[in-house]
Amino acid sequence: MDTDQLIRTLAADNAHRARPVGFALMLALLAAAPVSLLMFFTELGVRPDVMVAMRNPFFDLKFAVTLALAISAIAVSLHLSRPEASLRGFGWLLLAPVGILTAGIGGEMMMPQRLPMMTRLVGKNSWVCLTAIPLLSLPILAGALLGLRHGAPSRPALAGAIAGLLSAGLAATLYASHCTDDSPLFVATWYTIATALVAAIGALAGAKLLRY
Amino acid sequence: MRERDDEWTGLMRSAIAGDSAAYHRLLKAVTPVLRAAARRGLARAGQPVDQSEDIVQDILLAVHLKRHTWDVTAPFAPWLFAIARNKLIDALRRRGRRIFVDIDDFAETLPGEAPAETASPSEVAAQLQTLPARQREVLQSIAVDSASIKDTAAKFSMSEGAVRVALHRGLTSLTAKLREN
Repeated sequence: MDTDQLIRTLAADNAHRARPVGFALMLALLAAAPVSLLMFFTELGVRPDVMVAMRNPFFDLKFAVTLALAISAIAVSLHLSRPEASLRGFGWLLLAPVGILTAGIGGEMMMPQRLPMMTRLVGKNSWVCLTAIPLLSLPILAGALLGLRHGAPSRPALAGAIAGLLSAGLAATLYASHCTDDSPLFVATWYTIATALVAAIGALAGAKLLRY
Repeated sequence: MRERDDEWTGLMRSAIAGDSAAYHRLLKAVTPVLRAAARRGLARAGQPVDQSEDIVQDILLAVHLKRHTWDVTAPFAPWLFAIARNKLIDALRRRGRRIFVDIDDFAETLPGEAPAETASPSEVAAQLQTLPARQREVLQSIAVDSASIKDTAAKFSMSEGAVRVALHRGLTSLTAKLREN
């Protein structure tokens, strides 16, 4: 087939309309979410004292951090799905969860505490946190990558890493309602390690799956 | 340059709005620019320039299948050159050379000469043979026989909708096969 013939064929297919990447990503996330929810409710579940915990601002802060991560990563993912896009001008969005968390740590420092700093940082659930967040993210990450395949990122590994952040953010939102460690120091340590792990998996998978 | 870019953007907007003739004109207009850039990239990598047509076709397929990622309010040329650059780097890498491709290679390119006749069939033509029969027949009817969708539907006693589906699926799997190889 020579190039003129190919062009004629492409023009004949002009009527075909693909859905926007955002739509594909939303569908894929909606399909993946039940899997993670099922895993969460069968293996972990919401902590029993959740009604009391909700009155603790540091419990609520965990959701602000994880949701800020998920939402900013979704925005950056959609931006990067365009071939001419780069992180420039958009990457700062990812600083939102970092900023909230830093403010939280500052706030906690200024309050009188019953437990010493190291005890709050190490917490009681570090191992559960390190395994649960990555495991809960995997179905979401698979969905996110599937949806983002609809796009055309110029740096597939980077786009995959951001998809990892997105899924870790959503998975951590679930996990945060189970975990009894509410100190921002705990979140800054263990949630971050778990998130970095998922981002690395996302980068490796994205390098293969997000090429177009 | 400015004028050319505005013209492309206008044509692409019409194409997205459903004007297939504008889309055809646009693809015809960008092809010489893509060809010249592909030739230059190949020459710089020390590769035979007669493979440029494979790269051009690869870029055109990607442009077609990813055109929903173009923002209709943005200029078309930067989007096109980003895809072209990506595909050119990919192609050169697959041929075993890492090379830096400058975006200006595209922007400042003068239209290249028509492709030299090559003895070997293009990669697209080779992969076409591996498609399911129905998709291949539909693609060939439209590409080689320049039949319209309507004529193709009549020829194979299919509905026009079925022809459109086969056409789009054929182009999608063609692209997937090119990426794998």
